[in-house]
Amino acid sequence: MTEVALQAVELVRRIEGVVSHTLVNGIDLAVNKGEFVAITGPSGSGKSSLLYLLGLLDAPSEGEIMICGQPTSKLSETERADVRLTKCGFVFQFHFLLPEFTSLDNVLLPMRAAGRMTEGEMRERGLALLGSLGLGEHANKRPNQLSGGQRQRVAIARALANRPEIIVADEPTGALDTASTEQVFSILRDIADQGQTVVVVTHDPALAARADRRIHIVDGKIAEITERCGGELVCAAVS
Amino acid sequence: MKLLFNIAWTHVSARVRQTLVGMAGVAMGVGFTIMMAGLMQGSQIDFLRQLVDTMPHITVEDERRSVPTQPAEQEYAAVQMADIANVGKRPGIKYPESVMSSLRSWIPGDVAPSVQTSAIIDHGGARIGITLTGIDPRREVHASKLASQMREGKLDDLARAPNGIIVGEALAEKLGVKTGNTVLLVGGQGTRLNSTVAGLFRSGMKRVDESQIYSLAGTAQLMMGQSGVVNQLRLRLNDPMSAQKVATQVEAQTGYKSVSWQEANADLLSTFTVRDFIVLTVMGAMLLTSSFATYNIISTITHEKRQDIAIMKSLGMREYAVRRIFIIESIIIGVVGILFGWILGYLLCYGWSKITIFNPLTGTTVPLQIYYSAMHYVVAGGISLLCCAGAAYFPARKATRVHPVDIIRGAS
Repeated sequence: MTEVALQAVELVRRIEGVVSHTLVNGIDLAVNKGEFVAITGPSGSGKSSLLYLLGLLDAPSEGEIMICGQPTSKLSETERADVRLTKCGFVFQFHFLLPEFTSLDNVLLPMRAAGRMTEGEMRERGLALLGSLGLGEHANKRPNQLSGGQRQRVAIARALANRPEIIVADEPTGALDTASTEQVFSILRDIADQGQTVVVVTHDPALAARADRRIHIVDGKIAEITERCGGELVCAAVS
Repeated sequence: MKLLFNIAWTHVSARVRQTLVGMAGVAMGVGFTIMMAGLMQGSQIDFLRQLVDTMPHITVEDERRSVPTQPAEQEYAAVQMADIANVGKRPGIKYPESVMSSLRSWIPGDVAPSVQTSAIIDHGGARIGITLTGIDPRREVHASKLASQMREGKLDDLARAPNGIIVGEALAEKLGVKTGNTVLLVGGQGTRLNSTVAGLFRSGMKRVDESQIYSLAGTAQLMMGQSGVVNQLRLRLNDPMSAQKVATQVEAQTGYKSVSWQEANADLLSTFTVRDFIVLTVMGAMLLTSSFATYNIISTITHEKRQDIAIMKSLGMREYAVRRIFIIESIIIGVVGILFGWILGYLLCYGWSKITIFNPLTGTTVPLQIYYSAMHYVVAGGISLLCCAGAAYFPARKATRVHPVDIIRGAS
């Protein structure tokens, strides 16, 4: 039986104001453990909003998000932070590395915040992660000494630091050249193949095609779900 | 905590100039506060020392603080008597020797008898009202600092000169008399006595030096027209600050009005309270103002680091942990600033203590009195640190309340 890593039930995100605006409008979604899901859609369709909800960066107006079976709607902000720290890894369009820190220190940041390992164990894991992403020799460099692709790979290493169940990536290749884009996507694919769940928002249909499942969002709703079947993506559902 | 400190350290060390300005602000605030506290307390203590040295710590007078209860009032509850004069039938303290020996058995100090009366000193056409205090020189050395305040002659010279008196330097100057001159004393009863100036003293209090004359007790009794009377006991305590408490006990024991030096100078001491309040307000304002630089720096850093704050929060760092980073930054600035402030404060105090000023009251040039106290350093440092932490808390709280999604969206 397939284990569900991430589940959204009747998810709604509404921005209240003089004119209220619904970003996510009643989405039901389940992502299995080790699955690579790509969320696509036109600008303003609500795909990033959905991603932030799934990663507990934002709180839904209605509905429930369950991470590894654990409901999160009643969690306090501190508890949500703890879930983010231990169960989610974030990769953004821009690397968002701390500029004063070296690559290694940036990777160590989530581990140090969690405080579950000794300094030696953390350094060992940090160096191993950087090494596995081809950044071993750049461990002591600061972000401004790295290329865009290298920075994004450091950001991926940082996202993997606490061995999260779920990697959430918001257009991770949006600011990269073609070679770096290919490299980053391959890494994310490998991560999913090794059993971690990856949810990626992307504009790039070619990249989305490499996911296990593609969810197309329009106006805050799922418009189409495409699943991999026998090596090909086939339409599974259309609303 | 190490992580937070590391992040805080990278923030402040990456902004050397701003950080140094913040530290300099704190150092100036702390340094000048220490200097001001040392100067103010030094001058106050010096003044009090002069005051305490000039006068007895406790004066027991031959009067009651209130009208004694009448026997009829004691006997009958319905009786209440009014308009009763609070005057003894005869002036003077009854059995002064036994009172003194009783007091000596328990007071932490010594006691000496004296006779105080008012008189007029007449010399060269000048007539000046003075207070004449008759003393016993052998006992007086234990009860006052008069012996050490002598500028010419000794206390024992009172017995050697005919009707000898010791005059304050300021009065002597006013009258144009010197040691060995003869002046005329005129008592309240019309008694006229030619007295010889046996010595000069200087207490440092012009009010005393211009109006106080000492003689032997017998001379003062003669001027009063009351032989054998002792109308004042003068107590000197090992700890002058306990005078108020001891005076209360002495009054309870003897029944005579016992006035501590604090009570006698209550008006003056209350002005010190006002002065202390003003000084504390100014020092607090200085420390608060010095923390504005820290506020400015932390505000700038939190503004510049909004994106980092959002990322740290999105990674799962708790809001208070992120807030603590900026408080640690201000504490780093504060602690280093305070350390330099302590050095600056000490140097300023040392420098000021080398400055001498002319005191027109005493006619002498004296150095500025500085009181060195570790408490000044601790309090100035503590308040400054609190101000720095407070200065950081508000911008940090505002910055860390930002929703990470807003920043992340804004950056993309």
